[in-house]
Parts: sequence; structure tokens; C-alpha cells
Amino acid sequence: MPTLEASPSGSPPVPASPSIVNDFSIQVATVNGSGSQTANSVLMRALFQMGIPVSGKNMFPSNIAGLPTWFTIRASKHGYVGRRKEIDFLVAMNPETAREDVMKLNGGAAVVYDEPLKLNELRGDLHFYPVPFDKLAGPVCPEAKLRKLVRNMIYDGVVAQLLSIDMEEVRRALAKQFGARKAKAADMNWGAAQAGFDYAARTLTKTDACRAERMNQTAGKIIIDGNSACALGCLFAGVTVVTWYPITPSSSLIESLMGYMKRFRTEPETGKATYAMVQAEDELASIGMAIGAGWAGARAMTATSGPGISLMSEFIGLGYYAEAPAVIFDVERVGPSTGLPTRTQQGDLLTTAILSHGDTRHPMYFPGSPQECFTMAIEAFDLAERFQTPVFIMTDLDLGMNNWMSDPFPYPEAPIRRGKVLTAEDLDKLGGFERYNDVDGDGVGYRTLPGTKHPKAVYFTRGSGHNEKAQYSEREEDYIHNMDRLAHKFEAMRGHVPAPAVVMNPKARIGLVCCGTSNDAARESRDQLKNEYGIEASLLRLRAYPFTHHLADFIGSHERVYVLDQNRDAQLLGLMRLELDAELLARLRSVRYYGGLPLDARTVTDNIVGQEGQ
Amino acid sequence: MSATVPTPPRKVNRIGLEVISYKGGKSTLCAGCGHNSISERIIECFYELGVEPTSVAKFSGIGCSSKSPAYFLGMAHGFNGVHGRMPAIATGALLANRTLVGLGVTGDGDTASIGIGQFMHLVRRNVPMIYVIENNGVYGLTKGQFSATADLGSTRKGGAANDLRPFDCCALALQWGATFVARSFSGDKKQLQAILKTAIAHQGLSVIDVISPCVTFNDHEGSTKSYGYMRDHEEALHELDFVPFFEDISVEIPEGETMDVEMHDGSHLRIRKLSRDFDPTDRLAAMAALDAAERQGEILTGVLYLNTQKPNFLELLGLSDHPLASLPESQVRPPKSSLDSVMEELR
Repeated sequence: MPTLEASPSGSPPVPASPSIVNDFSIQVATVNGSGSQTANSVLMRALFQMGIPVSGKNMFPSNIAGLPTWFTIRASKHGYVGRRKEIDFLVAMNPETAREDVMKLNGGAAVVYDEPLKLNELRGDLHFYPVPFDKLAGPVCPEAKLRKLVRNMIYDGVVAQLLSIDMEEVRRALAKQFGARKAKAADMNWGAAQAGFDYAARTLTKTDACRAERMNQTAGKIIIDGNSACALGCLFAGVTVVTWYPITPSSSLIESLMGYMKRFRTEPETGKATYAMVQAEDELASIGMAIGAGWAGARAMTATSGPGISLMSEFIGLGYYAEAPAVIFDVERVGPSTGLPTRTQQGDLLTTAILSHGDTRHPMYFPGSPQECFTMAIEAFDLAERFQTPVFIMTDLDLGMNNWMSDPFPYPEAPIRRGKVLTAEDLDKLGGFERYNDVDGDGVGYRTLPGTKHPKAVYFTRGSGHNEKAQYSEREEDYIHNMDRLAHKFEAMRGHVPAPAVVMNPKARIGLVCCGTSNDAARESRDQLKNEYGIEASLLRLRAYPFTHHLADFIGSHERVYVLDQNRDAQLLGLMRLELDAELLARLRSVRYYGGLPLDARTVTDNIVGQEGQ
Repeated sequence: MSATVPTPPRKVNRIGLEVISYKGGKSTLCAGCGHNSISERIIECFYELGVEPTSVAKFSGIGCSSKSPAYFLGMAHGFNGVHGRMPAIATGALLANRTLVGLGVTGDGDTASIGIGQFMHLVRRNVPMIYVIENNGVYGLTKGQFSATADLGSTRKGGAANDLRPFDCCALALQWGATFVARSFSGDKKQLQAILKTAIAHQGLSVIDVISPCVTFNDHEGSTKSYGYMRDHEEALHELDFVPFFEDISVEIPEGETMDVEMHDGSHLRIRKLSRDFDPTDRLAAMAALDAAERQGEILTGVLYLNTQKPNFLELLGLSDHPLASLPESQVRPPKSSLDSVMEELR
């Protein structure tokens, strides 16, 4: 950290630099449990409603109340939604962290702060805006116990005034937030926002450069978090059995799903549920129930995070070997062990790909946006039943719990596909079947569901060795034949998983490869490399494992390919090591970040520039 | 012309099936294993009650006991899962298809050690299924280690004594709120039949702890789970008689002090008093009886507790009457208008 001398108070304001329009980050530093979430959402939504591309990231502690939390809103006229390291506009509401928050800022940044903190004494190269929050809160909020909450809405008003955010959009965002039923709360908050706005207009002199201006880049778009998007995908995938155990950051996926299921999946005539949602006693039980339900023909799922994935290991091996479908959402967080439970990482890629003992391989989806959370959830249920195996959807805390701008989700056009299931009528025609016989050449046998009323429907499911007829077998030939078929089945999946998203640049000698949320940083870094260093780059975003040939093709057409990993051990690159030949592997370079925050473009750019020797 | 010898009429049950339709593969367990007797009772009971065998789903964990579902009800789907986690698989399968008759077979290692947590939560949820614990106090498949149900002072084949108190699965199940708890002995054909039939008729979870001697590792002098020990120490609480719903109940009214419990399906369990007064609808009495028996070195068998009123898990969840697994797309994928309304709210 640079040494900074405190400047004497009362020094003249730093002269304003040329206007920075719609390209800045606002960071609100508060205390967990102080109710700042509403104020932050309203601020983000107001910018969104002005047509400005926006993203919001909540950095919160593993705590219910009392520890510091930071919410960062990024406005970007270029549409960049990844994390930006630099903060242009700080709202310092937390006395505990205010000093450090201010010292971290780059010169020229602006600070709105609670006047008694006297933060202006810390540095002379920032734009300081003191606000007497307690004095302003009193008149707009007669109830003392609510003042803590109202203070937050006051900073919304102050920031709106300083950044030229249209107060009408703040009012609309508030109405949206509270809805008609909480009109009284909305009114009180609106009063607070106005008090902040009026105070700023009356007292503060704008000296910093950041400014919001209306654009038209958000028309028709929605704001949603990735977990809710996954939940909506499950709803429209026709999920019927949902089992789970609470764990951050996946709990909100299930809680969101609960709301949607209650609303849309009740039989109108009977009031009964067309689904079951069960909070299990642990992740061993939640995955066990999902596999049992999938075996019996339900569209079954569970959602978890790294520690749950570790616990599910044995059952996933059973699902793989006995061939029962299930969809597992892994909203990744920082491991190992309890790790940093409220921070983000792509740290489960390797372990999930080969989860459980013995030889196993599992398909994984890598959604890179809320819209993909939705569409891939639907695809994953089809894939799980098509290939009769557990399928993983790998998201992370950043995608899952943060709010994102998104195009509205498309209603699924294809009908639900339930895979190779034989009915009693089919069995009448066929005269029987062999459960694990690869009659179609894709490694997938036909199955029957328990309860099928036919004397030939039965087969016995087991995690122990079995032959094509599902009979117990310890014979060497049977074991090898079965394992080879399972390997063949995994190969067949390559033709059924989504291909990567590729931006090919014919002038590029280097390429970037990433998955999931790394894409936001990669996309922005690609522009930085070109604009700041004249380095042209192509970009490939993996959307699923097993990889398709597009990956090898991409690596083959570039001299060097940088693989972006949000983990210490280059897990995505490690997965490639399992599949690619040496000539291609020799072209791979690793860019890793594992500090627990969402990956930012600057980190990627600096790393690549360093490795490129510039 | 000589008259052809008439073939004797096939013996069939009320749904027209012969007993062979209820049998399974040849047992690979040791000759004389108590588990084989239990398999025989299962075959008889499902046959005699005329349960459609294809409507049954069999579940088991890992261990000798858990192998046995391959040896009965060969027309029923079965799932032999992972050690101690059968309850989760069974729960999931029954959520998927509530019309299945769930039949779980487990052992004392599977239930009382590695799987005690899942057993506990299965009881807590009152998942409608039969849960048979084939209890021999020993790990057979790994060659004779003590299990958590081995009695204090019971010895291993080599003579080493068990110095930890056992778990009594029936007492635990009572404590956790089980709706049907029974204990029997694999060698007591009549009692075990009546209990199994009651379990088939019961609408909640049926916990049946069956002392089932291991002839290879735990049938010696010093074992408290041996045939000899059971012959000397079994204390039947009562005499049981199960009258299925399709038989005329009024024909036979037993003499003496008899309690009658009507099951949901119209079947009746007749409980005839032996030497003691025991009310199997009184949970606290059952717990007290087990406690007293333990102190006196007796193994109490019979129906310890039966509650036909408590709703089961599927009822509590308010599930559709139609199996979730086979609901048509029109019922599980909401229309486009539903998605549109959610999108509108998020704009």
C-alpha cells in the first residue's frame, strides 16, 4: 500500500478532471445486517432504468450481523459486467473499515462519508463529501429504531444528486422494491432519499468527474441473480423431486425454487403439489434421495457447494455405476474445508469431473450468465435422463448470488425428453430387455421404472459388479465390458453437450480460454490487451465438459493459449491435461486468481502482458 | 381311450399368482442363516396377501442382510445401494412414485452404526415403507466384528467380550416417534408372519427388528444373538393374528382377552394377551417394557407399538395422487405465460 500522508483539513478541493460518463464503480461500505441491501439494489436499479449497463457485487462476511460488508455497483457504457478493481466512488458508512477503505482508493476518487468520521483528514488527493446522516435521518424517520435503515436510503439520495442519477428512477426503483403492499415503507424510504438529495444539492459542491447519463442499453432487459435463474430453469425443466441441505451459496437457489414451485406447480383442482421438496438431514441424504428418485423415474435434483460435493462423492459413484439420473447444482465457493464460505471460486472443477472412487467421469455444464443458468438447467435434466447419469451444473457464488443484467429467458421450444424408458407396452412388443446392453451403440441401455406392471420389467440395481442383464458378476470380462461401455457413453456425450462460445480473431496469435464467470473478465481483458498493448487475442468460453473438438481446434490455431482459472491449481487447465495431446498442451499457459473475489480484467491483462514479455 | 389324468389345480393367491412369482434368486448366504428364514417369511406374506409383486420396490444397503433382496420377490425392482444410506434412496424413490410398496432390508451394522443418522430421519419422517433390520449383532461380510447392537458382555468367537452398551433399535425408534415398532425372531414363523403382514397394511414406517442369528460368526456359547440364546430368552408379549381385509372378520371371534386394531386397508390385527398386560398403542408402556426386559435379560418380541393415525411423509408433503415420476409435461412445465409474468416482474 502506498504511503499516504494525511493532508491538513480544509485543503482546497482537488480540481475536477474531465467528465467520466457511465464508466465508474460505486462501492458502499457498510456493516452486515444494517439493511443496506435495499438501498444498494435501488441505486443499481436506478442506473439500470436509465439505460446504463450495470452490475452489482456483494462482498459479505460469513456472519449475520456486525461484520463489514461491501457492495460494488459498476456502471459501464461498454457493457462490461465483470468486477473492476478500481473504485471511483466510495460511500463510507462503516466506521470500522472507513480508514482502510479510503486509503485503498486511487487518487482522484470520491468519498461520501458520515461527517463525524472526518475522513477528509486522511488524504488530500480525493474528493470528499461529508454528510451528517444522523441529523438528516431524524426528521424523515420519527421511529428511532428504523433510523439505521433510513440512513442507507439517504446515501442513495446523496449519490443520486452527485452522479446526476434521475430521482424519478430512484422513486420507481423503490416502488419496484417494496411493491404495492409495502407502500408505507416505500414512502418513508423515498422521504429519506429526497432528504439526502436535497442536502447534497444545497450543501455539497461537485468536484469529482463521475456522472451518469441516460443511455438505451438496457431496454427489455431484466435483473436477476444466477441462483434464481437456475431455479427458473428447474421449474421449466419439469423437475419433480428436489432434495437439499442448506449451504451458502446454494441455499437461495432452493429457496427461490420453493417460491416458484408453490406459485406455478400446484394442481388447480386438488391444491396438491406436482413436486416434492425435501430438506434432507445432510448432503449424503440429499444426493441419495435424488438418485433414488431419479432411479424411480422422477426428474430429480439437488443443489450444494464444495463441502456438499465432497460428502456426495460415494453416492455419485453409485449414480454413475448403477446409472441413475440426477442433476446437481454446485454453486462453488472458496475451499478447501470451510474455506471462505461467502467468497467465490471455481475450485471444484477437477474434483467434480472425477468425483468418487474408481474410474468415474461426470458431465458438467458451465453457465456464464443467468440466461445460461436457465437454459442449461433445462438441458441438464434432458442430458441426465438421456444418458442415465448424474449431471453437474457448475456455477459459483459470484454468478449465483449477485444480481446481473440479462436478456429475458426464452421459453423452451423442445419438448421434455425422458430418455430410454421402456413401458409395459414396449415390453410386450420386445418380449424382454437387458438393462445394460448397449443396443443402440451409444453406451446407454434401456431402463424400466419400478412399478411397471409387466413380469419382464424387472431388473436389479446395484453398485456392485454386474453384467448386461444386471446380474451380480465378479467376472473379469463382465467388469471390463461394463467399464468400457461407460467410457463409451461418456464419449457419446460430447455430441450432446453445448459447444464453446468462440470469438475468433484472424489476426490473433494468442487465445484466451475460460469458463463460467471468468468470461466477464476475459472479454474485457481482450479489449484491454488490444487497446492498451496492441495484442490481438481470440476467446473461447467452454460451456460444458466433456470438451468438444472445438477446444483442440482453437488451441491448434493459436501459438499460445491462456487458460483462466479461478483457483490455485489451474484446475480447468488440469482437466485439459486429461484429454489433450502433448503438442497442444505445450501451447497452454495458465492465468490464475484465487483470492475469493470475482476475477477482474486487470488481473488477467497484467498477467498475460507479463507472460507475453511486454 | 384311457382317461387323461387331470392336472391338479394350480394353487394361486387372490390375484391369481402362484407362490413362485414371489420367489427370488438362490440365496448365497450361509446355510442356516437367519436371514434366509426372513426371506421365506417375506415371500409367504406378500403371496398370501396377494400384493402385486411388480408394485413392490426393494431397497437395501450393504452387508449380508442387504444381499437378501435378490433372494425374494424376483418380479420387484430392487436397489442395493451404499452402506447405511438405504433410507435416502428409498425416500427418494417413494417421493417419485407414491404407489410403490417400499420394502427395505438392512442389518445391524447398516442401521445402527454407519446408517444410524439416516435411520433416525427415516423414522422422523414416517416414510411409508417396511424397514426390516436383520439383527445378528455382528459384521458377517467382514468376518465377525461386533456391531453396535451386540449386547454388553456378549463374546466374539475368539472369546473377547463386548464392553459397550448396545443400541436397541426398537427403543430408539420409539423415542424418535416411530408409528409401528416390532421385534421378532427369525425362528418364530407365526409371529414374524403376523408382524410382516401388519407392516404391509401399515400406512407409515414399519420398523421391524428381527433377531437373526449368524451361524458362522455369532452362534456360539457366549453370544446373545444365537439360536440357543433366543430359545432360552425370547419372551413373546402376546400372540398375534393378522386378518387381511379380504377375509371375513366376523367368522372367528377369539376367546379371552383380545385387542383388535383395525388397519387403514380394513385388515385387522388381533392381539391376544399372554402372561402380562401390554397395550401396544401406549408408547411409554412399550419403552418401559423394553427397559425392564433388558434388566431381566429377556428379549421381548411382538408388536411393541402401533399408531395407525399419524400421517405419513407423503401425506404431509401434500403430493399429487398421481406418481410424480409419470406426470405429463403439461403438468410439470408451466405455460409460456408463467415465464412471461416472471420476466415482467424482473424488468
